[in-house]
Amino acid sequence: MTNFTMTETAPIAVNHLSVNYRTTQALRNINVTIEPGSLIGIFGPNGAGKSTLVQAMLGLIPVVTGQVSWGDQPLASQRERVAYVPQRSQIDWSFPATVWDVVMMGRVRQTGWFHRFSVPSRRIAAAALERVGMSEFRDRRIGALSGGQQQRVFLARALAQRADVFFFDEPFVGVDQKTEAVLFQIFSELAAEGKIVLVVNHDLGESITHFDQLLLLNRELIDFGSRDRVLTPTNMTRAYGGHVQFFSAA
Amino acid sequence: MDWLLEPLQYAFMQRSLVVAILVGVICSVVGSYLMVQRLALLGDAISHSLLPGLAIAFVLGINIFIGAFIAGVISTVLISLIHTRSPVKEDAAMGIVFSAFFALGITLITAIQKDNKIDLNHFLFGNILGVNASEVRDTAIIAGLVLLSVALLYKELLFYSFDPLGAQANGLPIGLLNFGLMVLIALTVVASMKSVGVILVLSLLITPGATAYLLVPRFHQVMLLGGVIGVISSISGMYLSYYYDLPSGPAIVLVVSGLFTLAFLFSPTSGLLTYARTPSGESQVLQSLKRLRWW
Repeated sequence: MTNFTMTETAPIAVNHLSVNYRTTQALRNINVTIEPGSLIGIFGPNGAGKSTLVQAMLGLIPVVTGQVSWGDQPLASQRERVAYVPQRSQIDWSFPATVWDVVMMGRVRQTGWFHRFSVPSRRIAAAALERVGMSEFRDRRIGALSGGQQQRVFLARALAQRADVFFFDEPFVGVDQKTEAVLFQIFSELAAEGKIVLVVNHDLGESITHFDQLLLLNRELIDFGSRDRVLTPTNMTRAYGGHVQFFSAA
Repeated sequence: MDWLLEPLQYAFMQRSLVVAILVGVICSVVGSYLMVQRLALLGDAISHSLLPGLAIAFVLGINIFIGAFIAGVISTVLISLIHTRSPVKEDAAMGIVFSAFFALGITLITAIQKDNKIDLNHFLFGNILGVNASEVRDTAIIAGLVLLSVALLYKELLFYSFDPLGAQANGLPIGLLNFGLMVLIALTVVASMKSVGVILVLSLLITPGATAYLLVPRFHQVMLLGGVIGVISSISGMYLSYYYDLPSGPAIVLVVSGLFTLAFLFSPTSGLLTYARTPSGESQVLQSLKRLRWW
């Protein structure tokens, strides 16, 4: 199954991860090992703790118990190799920045403190922008774009980071079909390159067939594995509490 | 031109001019961060919190800039302590801390004013024509520090300001960046208290950047154009203060607010009078008025 010799990227191991939000338990004892090389969708109902799981894995919020390791180090201490695209609602889209400014943010860590962006860095950013089909919008203000275009710019920023681990939180919210196709295409390419690609999603529609593996969550891990394994009536009832329709094409 | 150049033969006007330029630049540059991070109130909080430190430093005979700076930093630490360690929200924490510090400052300065040559009004409303040589030197040192820091940390601060979560996930030390920014704001406000005064310094922090924001699309352009607007405003304020015997703070603030009003009305990309958003080409003013009618 695993082929580390080809990928070099180690798996991420989540052990006994629990998170509290004020007084309520947001995540309970999550244990999962995430292998590189497949496109993984994190699914679950509203309030299931999907974003919380991602943020806790990255050490962005405090955890009650548990560790998240990548290789033999905590994932949180290797964040320079992580690209994270937050939910749209987290961003102030009226910020005075152009598309180019946003993509270049992906080169900040690699460039290092007190250094200017290098010519290769600019080339990497330009290539990333080209890959998502947004080159002609380079000098546009980020707030002047459509939701889908904004999401593609953020994907370009993530690509420009040249990361090994990618987290996308609800990237398909409010995007057009073209963008959805571009996103899935690039997610699959990244997975095929041996990267770790985790995508928080809540849409159980047709698009679910793009994911190689599903992580079904409702405050605890309900199941993790292939679509066939995860999308069972029992699991869906446990996650969504009964009446739910999901796309069941094999 | 005589009315512009004639006053500059006096040494005190030359000192004022230097301070006006320095303060106009650093307020606009640092204030641009406050504007995009929606932290305008924090600028107000820090500036009002300087007074007790200033008064204590004066009594102890140490540099009042240092005392004021320490008080400013303590106030930001207290604000974040209250809002992280209690259910009280950040804006309420700011309101509590800055009014308490301000009250303490007024009390202390009023008490020591009786026996000392210190004028509370100069710190509240600014007295740019009264800066002495050592204040010019301190302002220049602070301005150098602030501009150097912003230049060196520009790309990290931009990433952090735009997308703090993404920056943190990529491993940037956002706690440190945030604290660094607070220190820069405290330094800037300290440098500005003699020219605009602590009550109105918020205007010189926020308004130049906000004016530029209506005119240019990128953050460094907002800073640069904001700096130009800040300098024009503070120099104009200085002359108004000289010719009409006004406190310099209100004079500067009236100029910068006037410039903002011009940009608000006439900006090519978003001006109320110059930019029609609707397909029908109906001007925004008309739309706004129609909307107002119902309120």
